[in-house]
Amino acid sequence: MKKVVFIFSIFLIGFTTQGQQVKNKKNAKIAFNVDGICGMCKKRIETAALKTKGIKFAIWDVKTHQLNVILNEQKTSLKTLKTNIAAAGHDVKDFTATEEAYAAVHPCCKYRDNKIILDHEGMLKKERN
Amino acid sequence: MKKYIISSFLLLAPMLILAQTSLKGMIMDAQNSKDNLGVSGATVNWLGTSIGAITNNKGWFTIPYDPQYKKLIVSYIGYKTDTIIISNTTPIHHFITLEKGLNEITIRSKRNAVQKSLFATANTFTVNNDELLKAACCNLAESFETNPSIDVSFSDALTGTRQIQMLGLKSPYLQIMQENIPSIRGAAQAFGLTFTPGTWVESIQITKGAGSVVNGFESISGQINAELVKPFSDAAFFLNAYSSLNGRLELNTHLNKRVSEKWQTGLYIHGNYRGEKFDKNKDGFLDAPLANQINVMNRWQYTDAQNGWVSFITARFLNDEKQTGELNFNPETDKGTTNLWGSEIDTKRFETSAKLGYVFPDLPYQSLGLQLAYSKHQQDSYFGLNTYDIEHESLYSNFLFNSIISDTRNKFKTGVSYTYDRYNELVNETIYQRKENSLGAFFEYAFDNLDDFSLTAGLRIDTHNLLGTFITPRLHLRYAPWEKGVLRASAGRGKRSANIFAENQQLFASSRGNKGNINIDNTNGNIYGLNPEIAWNFGVSYLQKFNLFDKKGDVTFDFYRTDFSNQVVVDWENPQEISFYNLDGKSIADSFQIEVNYELIENLSLRTAFKYFDISTNYKDGKLQKPLQPNKRFFANISYETKLNDNKAQWKIDVTFNNIGRQRLPNTASNPARYRLATHSESYSLLNSQITKVFSNRFEVYFGGENITNFQQKNPILASETPFGPNFDTTIVYAPIFGRAIYAGLRFKIK
Repeated sequence: MKKVVFIFSIFLIGFTTQGQQVKNKKNAKIAFNVDGICGMCKKRIETAALKTKGIKFAIWDVKTHQLNVILNEQKTSLKTLKTNIAAAGHDVKDFTATEEAYAAVHPCCKYRDNKIILDHEGMLKKERN
Repeated sequence: MKKYIISSFLLLAPMLILAQTSLKGMIMDAQNSKDNLGVSGATVNWLGTSIGAITNNKGWFTIPYDPQYKKLIVSYIGYKTDTIIISNTTPIHHFITLEKGLNEITIRSKRNAVQKSLFATANTFTVNNDELLKAACCNLAESFETNPSIDVSFSDALTGTRQIQMLGLKSPYLQIMQENIPSIRGAAQAFGLTFTPGTWVESIQITKGAGSVVNGFESISGQINAELVKPFSDAAFFLNAYSSLNGRLELNTHLNKRVSEKWQTGLYIHGNYRGEKFDKNKDGFLDAPLANQINVMNRWQYTDAQNGWVSFITARFLNDEKQTGELNFNPETDKGTTNLWGSEIDTKRFETSAKLGYVFPDLPYQSLGLQLAYSKHQQDSYFGLNTYDIEHESLYSNFLFNSIISDTRNKFKTGVSYTYDRYNELVNETIYQRKENSLGAFFEYAFDNLDDFSLTAGLRIDTHNLLGTFITPRLHLRYAPWEKGVLRASAGRGKRSANIFAENQQLFASSRGNKGNINIDNTNGNIYGLNPEIAWNFGVSYLQKFNLFDKKGDVTFDFYRTDFSNQVVVDWENPQEISFYNLDGKSIADSFQIEVNYELIENLSLRTAFKYFDISTNYKDGKLQKPLQPNKRFFANISYETKLNDNKAQWKIDVTFNNIGRQRLPNTASNPARYRLATHSESYSLLNSQITKVFSNRFEVYFGGENITNFQQKNPILASETPFGPNFDTTIVYAPIFGRAIYAGLRFKIK
């Protein structure tokens, strides 16, 4: 009996240690980069993020390409979120959007196309004057 | 037993183990001040895991560590995302750098002076400072002259006070707020808008229709919120001087100062004066009152962005004196006599408010707010031999909590409020006193699918000592059927107690205000024997933005109906009397508006609107259109700005045209022939214009004219030769009394 309890306790040490490390926070703040270029991309990325169950808040910055989210780790994982964003057509590191999903984004949002990126920069410059 | 205790200790052991296996570090920015290089709010997380942490306000973070984690990602908005290789738990210090290149692009597109949103659920638009500067705009009442949704009319022939209307209903049916605290109400209803100087107004938000439940149950046809200048954003020093050929002089001074890192204060002083007497229409009465006003406001703003606290403390004092009546009336010798007819209106008002807001630093979508306001308003006045005094003390408190349900597509606001009002009135020899208090709770839910649909649904329950316990539902819907097009609908209920004397005090400057001529049907109601007013408002609106010949424009169609279940009917149909009674039958206000905005050529824009009103009420003598209400109005404004040159200098020119349709005049058939008026007034047109020369962003001068075509109502005062007689009436005013008025002014500011 003694042994069993002891072994069980040892087992729990490892388990709880693990539990502490991947502690599931209800309001975890996370930021990562998502590829995109314009205001339309912003809307698409944020919508894809918010429609993921467990994502409470999402804001994507056009300039820095950074997506900031607040999520409930008990309900979702970063993997699910990134998968959903990729499914909406936007590349995330290690989660590249499929050609199919990318094809569905609006022509002005083709962030993989250098010409379109330059177009946007041109527009920004034009509005600046 | 022992073994269990040992086991328990072993169970606790992980805590200690955890303490050892975490990594500490500090994220810094070389551009921060020397004594605090830390960057707060930066995110660190282990590559390929969901384990993350946020730096505290010193820039420090603590993150669980395991030898299997090798790469730590550091990210912060506006900065390059860095990856740091970690091999042990030695604390790290890391500098992050600004994301260069991308930051250099700033987007500057011309901001419209009036912003119509495609995304707001309610039919709301914002009028910003640029628009407010388009007209002389001496006070809040005059801020709406270039705005087609709000109509400006005159309440009486004596004071020339402007009354505003929305959807064909006078300002008592609007909820007018200052920084979301209901302000122009009760005793302040008649002149309150003239008590906020134009330069104090930073922007105005106008919501047509039902409005929100957050600020109370009183709004019926719309809500107007005026945001005042804030010590934080206003210029360090601002001076505005104004002079008009109609004798009005105004001076506005703003001083703003940073007191400490978190506190800023502002002192705002306004004075206006008119000492010159005018009688251009030769009726023996002053065309505009002699006036002087001193208005002082002090604001304190506290901002602690790091911890999420914001607060405003405001105190304000006003003294306003007006004298009007016959040209040679001297209050010292003629007051209380029938030598000459005269009137004086003296107002003193003190108000103070405190607002406290807290945004949860880690949860940008969650906040708490507390609003507290107290005001004391005292008006002492006489009109010939009639006396009207009112004292109104008011307390307002509102606590609200904003947050989300599961994600930011579902937001809500909820809270509780308490209000107290004490009125003390003297009407000739009769004293009216009443106290009102109410306790309420509200919940407002907002849904947005982030695409083509959103809704705001609000409900409040109030228990009020005179109005009873009742619910106030309000709903707004928005649907975007196609690109740049938005369809909106709203419905809501409002309830209020009508301050019959304060809201209609022009009656005292006529024989209607004499003792015995004021009739109130006593139906054992709680407010002057009358029942509270209750109305439902329904509306639909469609906005379409378009590009035509490569220029931007928009067109809006609005239809709103206000349907009164009960109204305190104000009956002016007997020329010697005034009657107040509860509505028996129907009272419906319909309004239709079509508005077009279009940029004709670069820097030249046109705003035009046509409005149609049908406002009918069942009076005791049958159904009638509301008197002094034009059935049609046409509005056009053209504004032109030259390009800004290198010194930020430019010219701005504005021309506003109004055509005011026929208005039904109150019945004067029982008067002697020479005091009888036609059943309707003729339609007429008004033209205003202003030219502004901006010399630099510090100094500008403006020059303008009101009523340039010099249209005047011929005999605004009935029986002006016998002011103490039975036919004297100054209340039937449908057009300007004062002719053309030319003005000039300057604005000077130091940032």
